[in-house]
Amino acid sequence: MPEAREAILSAVRTALKRSKGQGIPQPPALDLSFIDTPVADRIAFFRAAIEKLGGTVSEVPGIAEARGRAVELIGARSTVCSSAAIVADCGFAPPAGDLREACASADCGITSADYALADTGSLVLFSSATEPRMVSLLPPCHIAIVPESVLLTSLEELFVREAMPAERSSAMVIITGPSRSADIEMILVRGVHGPGEVHVIFVAGH
Amino acid sequence: MPDAYKQQIKDTVGDPRLQIAIYNNTGRLVENRKSVVSTEALPGYQGLRDQGHAIKKHTLDHLDHYLELAEKNITARGGKVVYARDSAEACEWIAQLAEKRGVKLLVKSKSMTTEEIELNHALEKRGVEAVETDLGEYILQLNDEKPYHIIAPALHKTRFDVADIFERKLGGAREVVPEKQTQIARRVLREKFLAAGIGVTGANFVVADSGAVVVVENEGNARITSSAPKIHIAVAGLEKLIPRAQDLAVFLKLLARSATGQPLSVYTSFLSPPKRSNEQDGPEEFYLLFLDNGRTRLLADEGKRESLYCIRCGACLNHCPVYRKIGGHSYPWVYSGPIGAIITPQFMGLAKDPWLPYASSLCGACAEVCPVKIDIPKHLLTLRHEVTEMRTREGQNRLEKLAFRLWSYAMRHPRLYESLGKLAAGAAPNPANEAWIKKLPSLLHRGPVAAWLSERDLPPSPAKSFREQWRERQERRHNA
Repeated sequence: MPEAREAILSAVRTALKRSKGQGIPQPPALDLSFIDTPVADRIAFFRAAIEKLGGTVSEVPGIAEARGRAVELIGARSTVCSSAAIVADCGFAPPAGDLREACASADCGITSADYALADTGSLVLFSSATEPRMVSLLPPCHIAIVPESVLLTSLEELFVREAMPAERSSAMVIITGPSRSADIEMILVRGVHGPGEVHVIFVAGH
Repeated sequence: MPDAYKQQIKDTVGDPRLQIAIYNNTGRLVENRKSVVSTEALPGYQGLRDQGHAIKKHTLDHLDHYLELAEKNITARGGKVVYARDSAEACEWIAQLAEKRGVKLLVKSKSMTTEEIELNHALEKRGVEAVETDLGEYILQLNDEKPYHIIAPALHKTRFDVADIFERKLGGAREVVPEKQTQIARRVLREKFLAAGIGVTGANFVVADSGAVVVVENEGNARITSSAPKIHIAVAGLEKLIPRAQDLAVFLKLLARSATGQPLSVYTSFLSPPKRSNEQDGPEEFYLLFLDNGRTRLLADEGKRESLYCIRCGACLNHCPVYRKIGGHSYPWVYSGPIGAIITPQFMGLAKDPWLPYASSLCGACAEVCPVKIDIPKHLLTLRHEVTEMRTREGQNRLEKLAFRLWSYAMRHPRLYESLGKLAAGAAPNPANEAWIKKLPSLLHRGPVAAWLSERDLPPSPAKSFREQWRERQERRHNA
């Protein structure tokens, strides 16, 4: 609706007493400072935050142990895996057939994460060639195998590192705990549309 | 106030079950918020509010620049920006796109803006099924109701209400446990998600420098809505813009804390579709629909422009003593509570619901908790002033003006005031048992007096007026 566009932009300019193409001052300065904490502390913060939300954290010394822990968490359930490097290193393979079909029918989705945020117990995933959107979304259980080195402190640090997330991917999602709702009588229910279980495995030395 | 609203308010206040539901649920949200904005939990909270306010002010004051910047960046990535002046234009455009693409089923995540334009009904008329996927919104859609609260749409429903609605609309065994009810909804909606041709979301923020929309939620329905269907449409009011992705470090902290008392919502999606060529899933087409619907009118009003800073957290509703009594359905539009009382008349025109700015006790709780520091009570007062001016222009309040002129005259003449007071005290019914006065003699019990007394009682008139008591006291002192 080109006429609507012109009408609205012109109404906005009239309202603001501005002319077309007029420059603007700098937006207000932001304080994105954060306290840099050692990795051990970050893991402790992350654990405290995600356990409060009903998620779990494991710390493992290497790839073999990460695989072991994941297998333990999966139990007898079916899986769908992303093709992130660390997931592949653990010996998990992405689905051969239709991805969406595989995600819709699997019990557990196994991914990595591009970052984790210690303050809030969050995982940050960019949609990519190796990390589809659906693996961490459709299955009832999400297991993330995450290199310890990407554990950041806070939202501030994330946006310092990734000032332009859109340049990297069509979707950056920050996942903070299991899917939940309190829409019925404010009673907390987990696993509404996304995974009701979230397990994070931090791999040391990676 | 139209009789329908009067009745709605009476029904709400007179329904003990509903009163408990509203009181408990808003109370829970109040407590949740308190625990995460305290100085111990977030020392910089007050500074964040100032920052949020300053960023929104900057954006709205230069909105034309940011609209064009967002449009440029979205277009550069293969998305499209569409503008709609009002609800009809917005709904028509979405319906036409559905028709062109042969889409018969559309899924929606929770969005106040699409409630505002009544998208579902418009699509239904055009033969497109639009399914709400947020649990609360889904329950209400099945029961054909408006949301009761900006962030907790089914706040007024008990699990037994939900059981009734599910049984009636979905069939199957009656289920009263919320976990099981949620699983029913998950199953039904999962099929809809995977079959839908279009996903419609709102946008908590539109990020100009990135050409992205940000959608914040807890359930995961907005993620699926924006990921599974081939087409993603985001509907956003013009005021949703922020300049930079980095501004989210401020707003994400404010929004979830103020809304539900979470440090962060479960899912924050930063979306700049369509999917890139190397990505495995995600929508192939993306449209951002910018909606005006009264916003540019409000933008022109510099004094009240900050009403557009609202990030729809709902904290003002939870803290409002009026909302907590009369509930969300007693307000005339989808936006209820204090923020609804200031934006409804400004979006829709003052003449439509001139009583709305009076639906407040001006206690100031809303301004105190607003994460972007909108001075709601001030704007309520300005709106009241504008209502009075409008009525004066229309000659509606001649009697009121006369009454106030007489009142002002009496107030400036103490002797007259005192004798009038005595007269009134003598004339007022003076029940022997000191009962409060519920009714005046029928000659006086009419018009505004009757309306005032319909919700209030007068104390019995005292034996002596304050002035008399004061004089006696002074005399006693003098004699002592």
